[in-house]
Amino acid sequence: MGTTFTLNGKSTTVDVDPQMPLLWVLRDTLNMTGTKFGCGMALCGACTVHINGEATRSCITPVSSVAGKKITTIEGLSADASHPVQKAWIEEDVPQCGYCQSGQIMSAAALLAKKPNPTDADIDDAMSGNICRCGTYQRIRKAIHHAASLQAGK
Amino acid sequence: MATASSLDRREFLRKSVAGGAALVIGVYLPGKYEALAGVPAKDGAAINAWVQIAPDDTTTLVIDKSEMGQGINTALTMILADELDLDWKKIKTEFAPAAPQYFNPVFGLQGTGGSTSVRGSWEPLAKAGAAAREMLIATAAKRWSVEPSACHTENSSVVNTATGKRIGYGTLVEEAAKLPVPASPKRKDAKDYKFVGKATKRIDSSIKVNGKAEFGIDVRRPKMLHAAVARCPVFGGTVKSFDATKAKAVPGVKSVVQVSTGVAVVADNTWSAMKGRDALQITWDEGANAKNSSDAVRKLYQGRLQQTGAIARKDGDADGTMGGTVKKVEAVYEVPFLAHATMEPMNCTADVRADGCDIYAPTQFQTFAQINGAKITALKPEQVKVHTTYLGGGFGRRAESDFIIEAVELSKAAGAPVQVTWSREDDMQHDYYRPAVMVKFWAGLDGKGAPVAWKSRIVGPSIMSRFFPGSVKNGLDDTATEGIATLKYDVPNFLVEYLLTEPGVPVGFWRSVGNSHNGYIAECFVDEMAKAAGKDPFEFRRGLLSKDTRQRGVLELVAEKAGWSKPLPAGRYRGIAVVESFGSYVAEVAEISIDRTAHTVQVHRVVAAVDCGRHVNPETIRAQIEGGIIYGLTAALKGEITIANGRVEQANFNDYDMVRINEAPQVEVHIVDSNDGPGGIGEPGTPPIAPAVCNAIFAATGKPVRRLPIKAEDLA
Repeated sequence: MGTTFTLNGKSTTVDVDPQMPLLWVLRDTLNMTGTKFGCGMALCGACTVHINGEATRSCITPVSSVAGKKITTIEGLSADASHPVQKAWIEEDVPQCGYCQSGQIMSAAALLAKKPNPTDADIDDAMSGNICRCGTYQRIRKAIHHAASLQAGK
Repeated sequence: MATASSLDRREFLRKSVAGGAALVIGVYLPGKYEALAGVPAKDGAAINAWVQIAPDDTTTLVIDKSEMGQGINTALTMILADELDLDWKKIKTEFAPAAPQYFNPVFGLQGTGGSTSVRGSWEPLAKAGAAAREMLIATAAKRWSVEPSACHTENSSVVNTATGKRIGYGTLVEEAAKLPVPASPKRKDAKDYKFVGKATKRIDSSIKVNGKAEFGIDVRRPKMLHAAVARCPVFGGTVKSFDATKAKAVPGVKSVVQVSTGVAVVADNTWSAMKGRDALQITWDEGANAKNSSDAVRKLYQGRLQQTGAIARKDGDADGTMGGTVKKVEAVYEVPFLAHATMEPMNCTADVRADGCDIYAPTQFQTFAQINGAKITALKPEQVKVHTTYLGGGFGRRAESDFIIEAVELSKAAGAPVQVTWSREDDMQHDYYRPAVMVKFWAGLDGKGAPVAWKSRIVGPSIMSRFFPGSVKNGLDDTATEGIATLKYDVPNFLVEYLLTEPGVPVGFWRSVGNSHNGYIAECFVDEMAKAAGKDPFEFRRGLLSKDTRQRGVLELVAEKAGWSKPLPAGRYRGIAVVESFGSYVAEVAEISIDRTAHTVQVHRVVAAVDCGRHVNPETIRAQIEGGIIYGLTAALKGEITIANGRVEQANFNDYDMVRINEAPQVEVHIVDSNDGPGGIGEPGTPPIAPAVCNAIFAATGKPVRRLPIKAEDLA
């Protein structure tokens, strides 16, 4: 019994209903609350995590489907907020309430891993699944370009 | 405002046991409106903001407001750092418990709203900082046997100016706390501010980019259970009967209990609670609103529009002069109900025990949380501890207490800590909505095109009749008429009527409140008048603002920065609007294009000019205006809550969508350098965007947009 996956580099086994969405396994079973609940239907992006490097909505992902996979959450993106996206977010003063930002950052980090120098259109494509009710979008856009420079060592 | 000298010193100074000697200082303010809220008037008033200094010089600023994105932690830290000459790296913040000391002077109870955070806290906090600084200087001067004037402060230390010797605040604090509090401490000269007035990055970003900021939904307590509540889909409906058999069979479900808002399923995790909730079989008594619909509300409003209302403002004689005017303009405008849709759904955690109750809440109103907690548990208010978390958006929704009441009732019933979490559907279908309103205007222009008579009739529900009943007098609610009754234009005969109309849908504060709808409605009608007068919308407004220099100032600034007088590329159109709200003036120009085959509008660029008086953090002003524009743009382009069979038809972001990054315009914010009294900034960016966009559409199509949200037929 139980589902085993690699969570932020550590092998993790949980013994829960295999249908339980990964979001609730993270938040309620493992008490890792950095990944947020926003809609439960993959409409807002607040719950975004990386599964084998792909930005994925954990709220509709049954835990059974991640067996054997590598999961990265906001807590595992860097040990000390040193990921270029996190640094750029701080430097561009992106967060307001901050609730959606875990998901925004995970989406942005997945984008930059694939496209180190994204265009505005790439950003629209990758980020339009993430809602920010505080309206930080133009700072998010600027911060992604900034993170691209940081990542390139510029 | 009471001065420090009028106060009992014991109200001011306390020793912090946990942190060793600490100077606790604050300024006492009389609550102005205790009676309105039904809050028992405390004897006198309360400390508004306060400061603790630990022996290691670390200064803890107790934040008496809720941080919901508006940047208040950062602003208050900047104010204190300047007045008390603190080392920026040695400042900590913590959220205040619920206590009368922290009553917001504007409300007379502890709460955050009405764009009052900086306005309410700046003076008392700065004075508290300045008083503490004088006391610390006096203590150091005594040790050195010099006059206080021979000392100055920097980086959390007092410095002997002649010798350069320094003593950290933490070493002085115990002795300093015994000194009398100066009644009129010398305040910093604004030119010496290091932080206030300068763009400063938020202090909470680092914990908001690594998942460590604790929102209400993130609270975890030992042995905590999770709950989901089934509420009657019809407003005001009640539980007739229910069968919990299937719900109890869901793995993880612990119990099913009836609460005041419906039937709750308590489980060991959120998902099980929600699954259990879905398995409940409930028969509802749907009550009086079972047949309510958006059409019925519109018909009700249309009928009310034929009646005369209570007079909210009367200058001259609009009815008497209307007949003699050269040109008449008439229009009916309307807006729908809107949900708040904070990104963090409603939630609260409570731990009710025999000896006390802890409430962990993302709340805008701590006093209500405490009072409700005491009422439900029969404990004394002081036994109810309110722990304010970060708020994942507030926008007025978290001024309500429904989610807090549920958590307390559930913890009491379960005998364990319980976190109640609302689904997005719960959040959208059980909100206190931005009121739907309908407004009719009649205006009469003279031969030169100037409006000499203007009459407005507003039909809509009253938020205050539920929230602060004592404030509604003679059928008038200022929050329903603001944005029209507060217009600044020079119109000699000006009449505003209000018909308080109950639509059977609960309403509440929604970012910028009445200004959110009336700002749109009035500023679009101004463009209709300008067109009837044959004038440019900017020049028409400017000509009516001879008296109000601040309103005219932002209007002229936005026109200049947007290049109003310059031609646009083919296919681009501009609209302008200006609204004063919460003591701040904001003008916006929206630049749009319309796809006439797809019937869509794109907002490319928004230029905003803001005069919020003297201000703390220009970076926060920019962020709040940017965000306020996106919030208002979502309402203009998409927002509509509709009712059918007494139920809200929308449920999640698929049918109540938000502006997303691909639709977000580039926003430029220009701040007026001003020394006027501080105004609010969390809300004033929102009202002008809908009319700026609609006026741009009017410029493009020649047809006014009289009903929100903007629909395909407006874009033909």
